[in-house]
Amino acid sequence: MLAISPPGWGGNLLRGLANSVQIALGAFGLGLAIGVAGAWGKLYGSPIVRDLMEIYTTVVRAVPELVLILLLYYAGTDLINRALDSFGYAPIDISGLVAGIGVLGIVQGAYATEVIRGAILAIPQGQIEAARAYGMPPGKMLRRITLPAMLPFAIPGLANLWLIATKDTALLAVVGFNELTQETRQAGATTKAYFTFFVAAGVLYLLLTLFSNVIIGRIERWARRGMPPIAESGR
Amino acid sequence: MAAGHAAQHPVQSDGQAAEAIHVENLHKKFGQLHVLKGVSLSARDGEVVAIIGGSGSGKSTLLRCINCLENPTSGIIRVNGEEIRLKPNSLGDSVPADRRQIERIRSRLGMVFQSFNLWSHMTLLENVIEVPVHVLGVKRSDAIAEAERLLARVGLAEKRDVYPAYLSGGQQQRAAIARALAVQPRVMLFDEPTSALDPELVGEVLKVIGDLAREGRTMVLVTHEMKFAREVATHVIYLWNGQVEEEGPPEQLFGSPRSERLKQFIRNIG
Repeated sequence: MLAISPPGWGGNLLRGLANSVQIALGAFGLGLAIGVAGAWGKLYGSPIVRDLMEIYTTVVRAVPELVLILLLYYAGTDLINRALDSFGYAPIDISGLVAGIGVLGIVQGAYATEVIRGAILAIPQGQIEAARAYGMPPGKMLRRITLPAMLPFAIPGLANLWLIATKDTALLAVVGFNELTQETRQAGATTKAYFTFFVAAGVLYLLLTLFSNVIIGRIERWARRGMPPIAESGR
Repeated sequence: MAAGHAAQHPVQSDGQAAEAIHVENLHKKFGQLHVLKGVSLSARDGEVVAIIGGSGSGKSTLLRCINCLENPTSGIIRVNGEEIRLKPNSLGDSVPADRRQIERIRSRLGMVFQSFNLWSHMTLLENVIEVPVHVLGVKRSDAIAEAERLLARVGLAEKRDVYPAYLSGGQQQRAAIARALAVQPRVMLFDEPTSALDPELVGEVLKVIGDLAREGRTMVLVTHEMKFAREVATHVIYLWNGQVEEEGPPEQLFGSPRSERLKQFIRNIG
């Protein structure tokens, strides 16, 4: 039943996993971009920008993700099409992939904003001051000093967000997107072998996590290259 | 910049070296606290101006106002004859009106901090070439060659690929001085460069600064090291409670101080 080619369902499951990973990568990337901008806005923005960011992070973190996904997916595509319609354009069919990335990215962005804001606050302020004292323009300071210096403090939080992103893709099953959980449900429903397929899906999620841990570990070692190891922790 | 060049400064028509730093009637308030109450300071090319004073006298604030790390409340600041354009902000301070101008001026003021402030994610070499390459637009290979020369000069040639956290405070501060030299500064600003160091490490840093002073570099130096100030400074300013209490050549200030407060300060600290 788990064979890769039909009548086995293994191929469908793997396709679902690929879709999930694609959405997770896209959503996490979008979330990071929003997070950097959001953290910057909260820390250094004008009062209006700060208020807007506060509203964004509060609302998104207050509403259950499932509700947000339904809201943004159905209401969001509806709004876009109505807007297009009123300007005289034909309605478009927003692909599940783009919608999924957009919706989860907005959710991830709210959490990433707080993770990155905290990490920027953890940078010894003298390093930021040195960059100012040597005439670095703000954009360059963000790229050359602030982001690399905050990274070691942000990685544990961002690693959490990445793992959450991989599993939040399952929520997109409710809007009928063919990610891993949706494929598993279909396979189960067709064959009635629910246990087999859900265990298989669980193993796939677990493998994804284990693989992620290896990558995250490498990135963390690289990001902490300037920091001496903390005592002898056996790592 | 080779060692010999620094001593040759443009001379004005009146026979005096040009003014590298000019601060006039500087005021700084932190909320209700009036930290600087109309301080003036001048450093001509090749001069070493030492600012001394007790804790809370405003000496660090004065230094940090020169490159607007601290926004002055009012006053005039000129660097190499160019006045920093200021505009009032909502807090009642004056902030730089032109970001590009202040960035350009800052990039040629080599600042050395009390707590070194090296960038922790960069090796010493990367720290030293950062501003030349990414702010001043120097070619990377040229910047590396110059950085290696500067690190050798401060005795850290073999540490070029080490991250700051793995070095002693004295080594970090010497690297920070190399970073400051790499921008070919018209003026070097030292903000208590030895205050955060273990006593046995102070000497190695003072030696580097002393050598720079003797080769004729223009410096403004906030320090607690009275003996050092007396040796290297051409002009000493004693700040008390946000005002210049007494100033003059070091022999005069330390040898025959007029102000009662300065006499007491020298007795206590010496």
